Amino acid sequence: MTLSRRIEAGLALLLAVLWISPLVFAFWAAFHTSTDAVNFNLTAPWTLENFRTAWAGAPWLRYFLNSFLLVTSVLVGQLILTTLAGFAFAQVRFRGRDTLFVLVLLQLFILPEVLIVENYRVAATLGLLDSIPGIGAPYMASAFGIFLMRQAFKSVPKELDEMARVEGCSLLGVLWRVYVPAARPTYLAYALVSVATHWNNFLWPLVVTNSDTTRPLTVGLSIFAAPENGVDISVISAATVITIVPLLVAFLVFQKQFVQAFLRAGIK
Amino acid sequence: MDHAVMMRRRRAVHGWLLLSPALVMLSVFAFYPSVATLWTSAFSRGTRRRPSEFAGLENYARIFDDPTFWTVVQNNLLYAAVTIPVSIIIALAMALWANSRIPARSFVRTAYFTPTVLPMIAAGNLWLFFYTPGFGVLDQIGALFGAPSVNWLGQPETALWAICAVTIWKEAGFFMIFYLAALQTIPPDLKEAAQIEGASRWTYTRRVVLPLLMPTTLFILVNAMINSVKLIDHLFILTKGGPSDASKLILYYIWENAFAFFDAPAAAAMTVLVLCALGALAALQFFVIDRRTHYR
Repeated sequence: MTLSRRIEAGLALLLAVLWISPLVFAFWAAFHTSTDAVNFNLTAPWTLENFRTAWAGAPWLRYFLNSFLLVTSVLVGQLILTTLAGFAFAQVRFRGRDTLFVLVLLQLFILPEVLIVENYRVAATLGLLDSIPGIGAPYMASAFGIFLMRQAFKSVPKELDEMARVEGCSLLGVLWRVYVPAARPTYLAYALVSVATHWNNFLWPLVVTNSDTTRPLTVGLSIFAAPENGVDISVISAATVITIVPLLVAFLVFQKQFVQAFLRAGIK
Repeated sequence: MDHAVMMRRRRAVHGWLLLSPALVMLSVFAFYPSVATLWTSAFSRGTRRRPSEFAGLENYARIFDDPTFWTVVQNNLLYAAVTIPVSIIIALAMALWANSRIPARSFVRTAYFTPTVLPMIAAGNLWLFFYTPGFGVLDQIGALFGAPSVNWLGQPETALWAICAVTIWKEAGFFMIFYLAALQTIPPDLKEAAQIEGASRWTYTRRVVLPLLMPTTLFILVNAMINSVKLIDHLFILTKGGPSDASKLILYYIWENAFAFFDAPAAAAMTVLVLCALGALAALQFFVIDRRTHYR
């Protein structure tokens, strides 16, 4: 190895350590008393006290359940809507289709986050305030998902489609028997991205919820860790660890699929 | 009736039926709210005594007169100008390293990518430790070198930079994987050819790799621009836009106007401006960057 390569490898490692350090530090602090944590007392005894305090301080199980319900309902809604729409854009030829497609693509830029003011009014009119469907509804018809499904369905060989039709399949039958199975990798990729996005989403859930029975984890964590509440740093660490561990474990286990999912979803 | 005409009609009915659920949802939660925002921005804020009435461009005039608005716009421009190039450059370096033969490569890749899967709120909490004055990690490291304690989040000169750092930390690893994927599509013969020609690794990277990564860079650029509007969650944890608006970003200010000051018309007017900016970005993407891929 040449010297310059060695230096580069060193820099790469240094950056990696730097990048992971906030997480490592939070984990370490979560298992130590706040005095030990802020003094970097590396020999200090480990403790679970912070987790006990954090766990007792907020209805975390409820938040987990809410996040879980939210992510599942958004995913189911998205899969149905984007499959139908993506199929129409990819394989059904009719007038006005291309105009509609451009209109859908516009939504890639009209972010639901930006429209919080009016979406709040819409949710209020529909009686969806402070409900899990209310958090999920603006994301159901994801333009991004429609685009992704359209691309996936376009690459399905026409012969498969024709064969199924000759055998007497209806339009929905063809979609279900031919296109959906063929697009399985895209579904997996999209599902992973969707779950990660909505598990982590914050601003809209913050706006639309106002009780513990609907708040997802992110909103719960932000309330728990608010400086006004004066919780100490080790307890906040413990709460943060509690909320990120499920996704982090899932990520480490399925790392390869995860990265591929993001890639597939991102490359248009 | 002609068979062909009937088939075409049937296809049209099928097409619209398949699209209708998505179109209904898009209309209710994207198109209608966009138009309604424009509408709201043209009416005065209603009070119990005085109902809301048509105000024309008054709300826009009001936000243009609001010095905080200009501070926020300036902050957001700086936020974009810092986070976009820095995270793209770091992402590129990460990808080049994670793609080359270095020791502990899988650890390096995982370390780079992990922040991407964390919620922004959690990221805010993690960084709180680094920034807390007195006993935060940065201050402790500074103290080793005899530097004075710095209140990173509490003083106007540093608050926005502290916010930028978290954003860069969060998105660089995400952008890295797009570069990584693009790097893996570069045929290895190019590298061999460059070596035979006697080109140094640096020349090869600069003359061959970077131009081949250009489409990826443009794709990432558009995403980074959108993120510079969207990624504001950590403000809620770290600074709440303070001190004295020094770290306030536009989307946060919209939220504040609508849900803390209950001034929906001002929030709507700002939203319209943001939508215009995003629309310009959309036009850039559709008509300049990837016209070909969209209209295949």
